[in-house]
Amino acid sequence: MSRMSGGSDDASPQSFKEGASRALADAKLQRALLNVKRGFIAKRALAKSKLPEFDQLRDEGRAIKDHTLAHLDLYLEAYERKVIGCGGSVHFAPSAADARDIVLRLCQDAGAHLVTKGKSMVSEEIGLNPHLEAAGVEVAETDLGEHIIQIRGEGPSHIIAPVIHLNKEDIAEDFARAHRGLPQGRSLATVQDLVAEARAVLREKFLGADVGITGANLLIAETGSSVIVTNEGNGDLTQTLPRMHIVIASIEKIVPTLEDACTILRLLARSGTGQEITTYTTFATGPARAGDSDGPRQYHVVLLDNGRSEMLGSEFRDMLRCIRCGACLNHCPVYGAIGGHAYGSLYPGPMGAVLTPALAGIDHARDLPSASSFCGRCEEVCPMAIPLPSLMRKWRERDFERGDPPLAQRLALKLWAFAAKRPRLYHGLGGVVAPLLARLAGAQGRFRSLPFAGAWTGTRDLPAPEGKTFHELYREKTRSGMR
Amino acid sequence: MSTLDQDRATVLSRIRIALGVTGADGAREAAVADRLRRHPRGTIPARGLQSAEAGIALLEAMLASQGAEVTRARTPEVAVRAIADTLRVHELPLRLRMGNDPLLHALPWDAALELEWRFGAAEAEDRAALSRAVAAAAETGSLFLVSGGDNPTTLAFLPETHIILIRAGDIVGCYEEAFDRLRTAFGVGTLPRAVTMISGPSRTADIEQIIVRGAHGPKRLHVVVLG
Repeated sequence: MSRMSGGSDDASPQSFKEGASRALADAKLQRALLNVKRGFIAKRALAKSKLPEFDQLRDEGRAIKDHTLAHLDLYLEAYERKVIGCGGSVHFAPSAADARDIVLRLCQDAGAHLVTKGKSMVSEEIGLNPHLEAAGVEVAETDLGEHIIQIRGEGPSHIIAPVIHLNKEDIAEDFARAHRGLPQGRSLATVQDLVAEARAVLREKFLGADVGITGANLLIAETGSSVIVTNEGNGDLTQTLPRMHIVIASIEKIVPTLEDACTILRLLARSGTGQEITTYTTFATGPARAGDSDGPRQYHVVLLDNGRSEMLGSEFRDMLRCIRCGACLNHCPVYGAIGGHAYGSLYPGPMGAVLTPALAGIDHARDLPSASSFCGRCEEVCPMAIPLPSLMRKWRERDFERGDPPLAQRLALKLWAFAAKRPRLYHGLGGVVAPLLARLAGAQGRFRSLPFAGAWTGTRDLPAPEGKTFHELYREKTRSGMR
Repeated sequence: MSTLDQDRATVLSRIRIALGVTGADGAREAAVADRLRRHPRGTIPARGLQSAEAGIALLEAMLASQGAEVTRARTPEVAVRAIADTLRVHELPLRLRMGNDPLLHALPWDAALELEWRFGAAEAEDRAALSRAVAAAAETGSLFLVSGGDNPTTLAFLPETHIILIRAGDIVGCYEEAFDRLRTAFGVGTLPRAVTMISGPSRTADIEQIIVRGAHGPKRLHVVVLG
């Protein structure tokens, strides 16, 4: 892949169809995916119902992002001045490779042996962990879900719930294998056992880390602050205990003021986990001040572009409003059926289907904009009102216009277009084909298999026309006075 | 130009090309400066605009629903007893860590002479710590803690038990009011190194969506509302 790397390198997005088939046949995965429906969907609906102002806030959130994006250069400059003013540094990274190099250099300058990390999708996007590890820096993911996928050697399957694809038994096996030096045969039967063990193992990492790396849910131009929202408290330990804090965030995370942050925070947790607010929401502004008895001595922000400035000037600008809440994944019937890994891209679900082609190139994500039933629930629940289905359609149009869809698909569409532009021909053909198909299908009225349509009829029957075309039926009904 | 300056110029010029603008456009600059200066409020939820006493009740209810224990202490003596009782009820050593907060130091600790004290940032072996919140927003039961020698940030995250004291008069309805108080205390356009909104004990639902308390931070959060 050209620009995106990390967890998505080994699973090519081209293999979406294979991935989806495998996912549908995976009983353990299907059991785990029930938790998406049981949890997130009901919790979001409840949280939204308790806040009558939700839809109004959604309109305002959208307006905040649109205003900020239209003045992005100026807000980034204002933000940078504030960060520098309170003793921090800002590093602009045009590409993923630039960002990786900047972070590695900062870690090396700090003489870092051990780095702790809060959950950050941007760090996954740039493939940060392998880059640091290759240079001999140990990286410890500290979010519970991220810790689990780190020891499993896989990528997250959801942008806010990285291990939603797993059951506790899977995780118990991983812990028994990966957490060395603990008694054999210890109990890992309950979720409480697993959380307690991870807490103890990761506490050592927090206390020993030289550098802490976090992402940012928001950056605030007014104060030069980076904001993280967490429930576990791992992000705060990551950014408080080590002597250097590095924030890695993409350029569209910026908002103008604290008030703008408040509006977006009211939407974020309610849309994602269905909480009124996450347990911790922390605004970090620069390194430790004179008189502070804790906090990092150095504070650096790496601002990642990696294709976003290009999106800003394209028909995909709306996607830059995304606040990564995960609501579109949670409510997507396709995501719910196959989980995140089947997409073969770091960002799965509807937001991933729009974002991935923009970041990695449509060549690397051709199946994704079609991996949708276009039911529209993603747009309905999106707190930033991103028109995800129509953006997916735009990618499909772009892909088609490039002129290399499969020959059969192109020919079929050309034939159909030829006939559709000629109503007499179309009706004539319809009048012949509909009764023919009805006759072929026989008494059952459906096909068990059809040439060129094996993928469809492999799992279900295709209903056949009943013998007359719509126009014929319409004429009959209007003639007999039924309208 | 250094690489750093070049990278910066590259990103900013890409953005300007995408937007079809130049860096020096008076109207755009004025729009940005105006918004940063006025920082206009959006819609405030009605629940964040209630009377003081209703706000306190909402804060307590929200915190309780998010897994925190809450005590209302009408007098400083009752607050001190509530803090000591928290340790006793949970069978913890009667030892507390805290910073230099003058309000906390001025509490009538004679009412709990059995308590033993450590001062400064938290250490790994600390079991319980006491912080003061400078403000709280009733709308979601969120306590605002600020970093510094008075209330080191580590107190809120390393020990298993965290006790937060908030004066009833510091409870406001919404986040925006709390930030206005911070602007008054610390200056406009700036914040202390860390402002942490705490709305319950540490938790995780990463495994099978089952909520477990005490993921990495405190397993227990006790809030004492004074006044």
